[in-house]
Amino acid sequence: MQDAVTIAATPNAGRGAERLRAIWRNAFPFIVLGVAWEIAAWSGIFHHRLFPPLEEIAQTFVRLTLDGILPHHAFDTLLRLIAAFTLAAVAGVTIGVLMGRSRRMEDLLLPLVSILAPIPGLAYAPLFLLWFGLGNVSALLLVAVVSSFPVIFNSWTGVKAVKEIWLRSAQSMGADDQRLFRHVILPGALPYMLTGLRLGLAQAWRILVAVEMLASVTWGLGWLTFGAREFLNTDVMLAGIATIGMIGLALEKLVFEKIENYTVVRWGMVAE
Amino acid sequence: MSTITAETGIAAKPAPGVWRVRLRSWRRAATSILLAAAVYEALARAGIFAPALLPTIPTILKKLYAMLADGTMVWHASYTLYRVLFGFGLAMVVGIPLGILMARFKRVEDFFLPLVSALMPIPSFSLLPLFLLWFGIGNMTTILIVFYASTFPILFNTWSGVRSVNPLWLRAAGAMGADEHKLFWKVIIPGASPFIITGMRQGFLRSWIAVIGAEMIAASAWGLGWVIFDAKEFLSTDVMLASIIVIGFIGFVFERLVFGVLERKTVQRWGMVRAAKG
Repeated sequence: MQDAVTIAATPNAGRGAERLRAIWRNAFPFIVLGVAWEIAAWSGIFHHRLFPPLEEIAQTFVRLTLDGILPHHAFDTLLRLIAAFTLAAVAGVTIGVLMGRSRRMEDLLLPLVSILAPIPGLAYAPLFLLWFGLGNVSALLLVAVVSSFPVIFNSWTGVKAVKEIWLRSAQSMGADDQRLFRHVILPGALPYMLTGLRLGLAQAWRILVAVEMLASVTWGLGWLTFGAREFLNTDVMLAGIATIGMIGLALEKLVFEKIENYTVVRWGMVAE
Repeated sequence: MSTITAETGIAAKPAPGVWRVRLRSWRRAATSILLAAAVYEALARAGIFAPALLPTIPTILKKLYAMLADGTMVWHASYTLYRVLFGFGLAMVVGIPLGILMARFKRVEDFFLPLVSALMPIPSFSLLPLFLLWFGIGNMTTILIVFYASTFPILFNTWSGVRSVNPLWLRAAGAMGADEHKLFWKVIIPGASPFIITGMRQGFLRSWIAVIGAEMIAASAWGLGWVIFDAKEFLSTDVMLASIIVIGFIGFVFERLVFGVLERKTVQRWGMVRAAKG
């Protein structure tokens, strides 16, 4: 797959001209978009406060970053993402493995999981807010619950996909339960689990911003952009959106693609 | 399925096991759901939590019935469906042709791919405050959020689907004298269909999430997301849970019936299932 960042990152046998062309090719659409934005902003069709020119947004971005406000918001959002995702990963893998290993657990949990998983997690948001109050607890729990479903499903599938013959041969060679789990089941199910974790993290990231808006946490990028609306600070809002986009891109490049490459390289194609 | 022979009226030897297995899994599912319901009901009746926060199942069902009977729930659902289908339709109208163009023409790809990869990681909800400022509370904002949420999966999958059409088929069809038009409708579209439908599925899933979230923040009087959020003010957890049931039901219908049928009508008829997995 090709996209902006990988193209820019491959130096193409060190030929400078080639690289410059690639950079130009990737920058060109953004320049066109930027120019269009500037024209729209300066033409006066829209109110200046609602449609600030790029340099103003950049200025705000720099100012907020130097003040430490933007980093603080970003840090809190990331912390929330990591905390919620850790919760989801631990619970999801545990439940998924239990379902994969024990027939009874599977019978008990699978119907519930299949009913609850397709309901958009945000629909639970007001309910969680009532149960756990405004703030961090609701936000964390909600994001954790929503992102645990892909983890559960994939861990379950992964454990089920471990070949019966591997289990039996390991058992006949005298592996006890613990060994069986560590050396056969876990490695066998790992590519699926990683896929589930990747999907879960992506989902957590997508709804976290909305949850922050609804749960009125004190710091967080979602709250920053939402709060800026009250004061018509469109520049602050756009600076917040830019930061959200950058974090998203970083997650995509540094986490998701790494995991994907790792699983594909290590185990061949994930899907059979 | 077991067939009943016309003459005897006796079930022909039951297609071995199928029914029994299906019955067993139904029974198990029912047991598990009943068990969960019983636990919930016990918790709700135990009085540990305020009944307003944890209503009993009969209360929820009564509320659901009442809202269905007086038509409010139907209105909420129709508003939500209108927004989601409008936004999703718009996303298809933009996403599928653009994806095809990107895959067929290098120049289009060069222009749009960097933009797409920069915009895709921005969660749609982060644009919500901005759209609220620009377009105000109401349908426009919600529809645009749905559009933003579902365009990228559709676009991206269409693009990779058309790119992955076996070049051998294209050459074979060309050699047999297919013109551009035929090539497009008879080879490229069926070949890319598994990807396009996957993209539509993902896109719909995301629009369904997006519409609920956007309605909570940006709708004024109608919509399933709005009614849930509004119910918080009055501590009407029964209304919330009744709406969640409806949301889950509609999502299920779309996923299973609409996309299931669509898949059968296109992908399977064109015999593309294996190619999708390969």
